[in-house]
Order: sequence, then structure tokens, then C-alpha cells
Amino acid sequence: MGSITKTNGAVNAQKVTEFIAKTVFTVCAVLAIFAVASMTVYMFAKGAPAFQKVGVAELLFGTVWKPTADPSSYGIFYIILSSIVGTACSIAIGVPIALMTAVFLTEVADKKISAIVYPAVELLAAIPSVIYGLIGLMVLNPAMYKLEKQIFAGSETHQFTGGSNMLSAIIVLAIMILPTVINVSASSIRSVPKELRAASLAMGATKMQTIFKVTVPTAKNGIMVGVVLGIGRALGEAMAINMVAGGSVNIPLPFNSVRFLTTQLVSEMGYAEGTHRQVLFSVGLVLYIFIMLINLALMQMKKRSEEQ
Amino acid sequence: MNKNLKKLLAFGAAAAIAAGLAGCGSSTTETTTAAAATESSEAASTEAASEASGSDLKGSISLAGSTSMEKLCEAMSESFMEKYPNINVTAEYTGSGAGIESLESGSVDIGNSSRNLKDSELESGAVENVVAIDGIAVIVDKDNTVTDLSSEDLAKIYKGEVTNWKDLGGKDESIVVIGRENGSGTRTAFEELLKLEDACKYAQELDSTGGVLAKVASTPGAIGYVSLDVVDDTVQAVKLDGAEASEESIVAGNYLLSRPFVMATMGEISEQNDLVKTWFDYIASEEGQAVIKGLGLILPQ
Repeated sequence: MGSITKTNGAVNAQKVTEFIAKTVFTVCAVLAIFAVASMTVYMFAKGAPAFQKVGVAELLFGTVWKPTADPSSYGIFYIILSSIVGTACSIAIGVPIALMTAVFLTEVADKKISAIVYPAVELLAAIPSVIYGLIGLMVLNPAMYKLEKQIFAGSETHQFTGGSNMLSAIIVLAIMILPTVINVSASSIRSVPKELRAASLAMGATKMQTIFKVTVPTAKNGIMVGVVLGIGRALGEAMAINMVAGGSVNIPLPFNSVRFLTTQLVSEMGYAEGTHRQVLFSVGLVLYIFIMLINLALMQMKKRSEEQ
Repeated sequence: MNKNLKKLLAFGAAAAIAAGLAGCGSSTTETTTAAAATESSEAASTEAASEASGSDLKGSISLAGSTSMEKLCEAMSESFMEKYPNINVTAEYTGSGAGIESLESGSVDIGNSSRNLKDSELESGAVENVVAIDGIAVIVDKDNTVTDLSSEDLAKIYKGEVTNWKDLGGKDESIVVIGRENGSGTRTAFEELLKLEDACKYAQELDSTGGVLAKVASTPGAIGYVSLDVVDDTVQAVKLDGAEASEESIVAGNYLLSRPFVMATMGEISEQNDLVKTWFDYIASEEGQAVIKGLGLILPQ
């Protein structure tokens, strides 16, 4: 008798523990959903009023940003454009470099070199963005200013920006996305079955032919995931760009001082009031929607690459 | 071994005695400190008694006016209400003109204005009490040979009409026009004083005073503006219309880029109610002056 009740008690205790653990996990999971949902609601609630007040077309496609003027103007088109162009260009520069590095690390380099390059890439990912900004500020901007002076020597129309321009921002972003793209691409290339490479080599293809005709195309989906992650990183970066891009609202040309969606929030939130403040929330909403779209695309791609 | 043990015991005993002595010593000091504490608590209670008359005051003070004075009003009222918890200070930031209008209509006790009062406003009985002066320095990098600008030239630089220092008698160096972000008080004041409201063409808009200072210091040909109190030796402050950017020339009224922070009252301060008098007494007190200095503003003389 005694022994049976004891077992019953033990079973009950186990059940209770199971139940508690399950509840804790569920609460944690719900918390994450709750956080995302409440942020979405908040961004829309805060960002939508300005669209009504200013007008959707005027806000999104207006090119004059003069929030404190009388009459004021709240066009964020150049800001949106800067974010898109900046991200696109940094991807265009960063992705080929990252892909080559990933191929080098996984296919070409011997173990010794790989053991040096790989930690370096990891470290690159760990450096805080403010450090990238600081180095951009101290090294890149002065160099850019020299270049700017040479290119625009004698120009009457160009406004000299002291090297704080779109190009600086693109270069900083391109470097910042490297570790993300390298890591994801490398692991995707590594997961390509050995048999494929062996078959290609056996057919008489050279090593490079095998890499570019067989290995990389096979790893395409995984590489795309890396690229999309890189886009998200570049689009969401604020601190580093704020330090190197100049911060005036202009058309995103290489040597123009520009402002991105992120830096717009960072730099003007402090003292903004009234409609100006509401419009900044709308800027935040636009950024939020961009990031959400990119993440949806990412989820789709991950699904596709898993299916393969 | 045995010897060692004895030594150890002896040491222990000595330590115990020493500790006992120390205990005695400390107990005597304790008594003295206790006495001192009673004295000081007595002093504190007399102080509290003398302050009690001040904190007996109950009610509220209302301010309205200049948006540029928001920081000053917030900081001052916060520190004021800490000392006088029963007095409630409310401030609205409606603009200098609107503030004086509210004062004239009697809806507020104090009208804030970040400019000198107009004659019409003075005629209506408003009295200009300058509580602080805001000064802005125009800075260029160390190597710049232009050290004296006229206010017209400065305006032209910021409007983008002059783009090279050689046009102003300096080196052949492009001008990099640096300013603050939209909404910054310094930017608003700078543009207002030079009549450049939203006419400026900035090459860089930075979101901190320190940022402007650092960029001007490191960029050849750069020009920027910052609060007067932060100018250091990494940059040079230019003279404006021949007047140096200094407290003295601002107080003397020679330097253009300065503006008074006025807390106007209807009639002299001595004619106001006790609450408003207490407010102005507080501003004139050491604590109040520390608040003003802490915000980088200049004390009027």
C-alpha cells in the first residue's frame, strides 16, 4: 500500500512539474508574440495620424523637408530614396566580396589560412556599429573630402560636404554586412553534398568551374537568405550612418550629404514637437514596414531552401 | 612546533588586548560624535524653522511664452518646486509674442520672451526682467585665416551664396556649412537672429553640439555654430561685425548672436504677489543662478 501511494505521489509531482514547465514556456512564447503585436499596433497608431494630417502622397513623395518652417513641409521622398539607394549599393558592393570570401573559406583556403580568416570575420560581426561610425568619421570622411575636392575642383554648383556623404555611408554599410552574408553563405556552401563536387570533378571540370557552376548554384537559396539578412542589417543601421552621412536631406547622389530613415529618427526625435514629431513616427512606420517586408521575404526563402 | 604555538598564543593575546583598547577608544569618539550630531540636528531644526515660512507658501505660478525658453523653465521650475513643494509652477510654450499677450490679458503671471520687449508691449505695462542671456558662437577650424565676419557675409555663407573662403579674403578653400538638426534651439536662435529662417543650405546637419564642434575642428574650411559656453581651443570663434564672441561683448550689447531670455511681469517684481516674488528671488539666488549656468546660459549683469 505504502509503496503504491508513494509512486502515485511521485507521478503527481511529475505531472505538476510538467504542467508548470509547459505553462512557463507557453507564457514566454506568448510574450514574444505579444511584443511583436503590440509594437505593430503602436507603430501604426502613432505613425498613421501624420499621414492623415499631411496627406499620404505629400508625405511619401514630397521632396521638401522643412518641418519647422512656416508653412512647413514634410516630404520624406529623398529620405526613403536614400535608404533604398544606400542599402542597394552597399549590397551590390558587399555581397560579391562576401560571396568570394565564403567560397574562399569553404572551398579554396587550406585549414591554416581559414583558421585566421574565419575568426577575423566573426570579430567583424562583433564590432559595435558606433566603432564603424567612428572609424568612418576619422578615416573615411577626410579621405572622401580629398576626393571630393579633386572631383569637384572649380565647381560652382556643388555644395562641399567635408566628405560626409552617401558614398561614405555605402562603404561603411558594405563592410558592416560582410560578416552576416559571409557566415550564412559559407554554411550554405558547406552543406552542399560532397558527391556533387566529386561528380563534377570526375567529369573533368576544373576546381573553379566546379565552384561556380555546381557548388554556388546549389547553395543559391542559402546565399539568398544571407543577402536578405544583409539587406535588413543595412536598412536598419542608424548609428554608423548618422556619423558619416552628413545628415542633410538631399537627393542620394554619391557626394551629397544624405539622410536615411533611421538617422532621421535618431537625429530629430529629441526636440521635435507637434506634427513634426508625428511625422517622425510615420518615418518610423515606413522603416518598420520595409523591415517587415524583408523579413517576410526571408521567411519565404528559408522555407524554400528547407524544402530543397 | 611548541615554541611556535606559544608565539601564536602570545600574538593572539596581544591582538585581543589591542582590540579591547581600540574598542575603548572608539567608544569615546562615539560619544563625542553623538554630541556633535545633537548639535547639528539642532542647527538643522532652526534652519528648517527659518525655511518653514518659505514652504508655507501655497499656490501656483503660471508662465507662458517662448519655446526657446522651455529648457530653462523646465530646469528652473523643477529645482524650484524641490525647494517649495507646495508651489506648483506651470509653463506653456506658445511663442514669445503669445506669451506676452497672455501676460497682458492677465491669464498668466509671467510672460516668457526670447527677445527684448517691443515698445508697444512695454507701454501696456509689461516689465522686462532679463533672467539669462543665450549666446551663440560661430566657429571655424584652426587653420582658417578669416577670423572676422560681417553678419551679411555670415548670412550669405549659410544661404549658399558664398561658397569659398577666398571670396571673404581667406584661403582658396571650400566652405563646408555645418549646422544643427531641425527643432534644435540653437538652430532656431541662429536662424532667427540672422533672419535666415529655413533659408539655410546645410552641408551637414548634426544632432549635437559636440558633433558640430568635432566636425568643424576636423574639417578644413568648415563653419558651424554652437552655444558660446562650449567653445574650446580645438576651434576658433570668429568675431562678428568686429565684436568678439565673449560674455563681455554680449553683456555690452555688441555681439549680434545673442538674445535675452525675458520673464516679463505686469508691473515691477516688487508689485507682484508673494509667489511670483519668491520665484524671482529663487532665480536670483545661488541655486537659481547655478541652474542658468548649468544650461550654458550667461547671467545678465
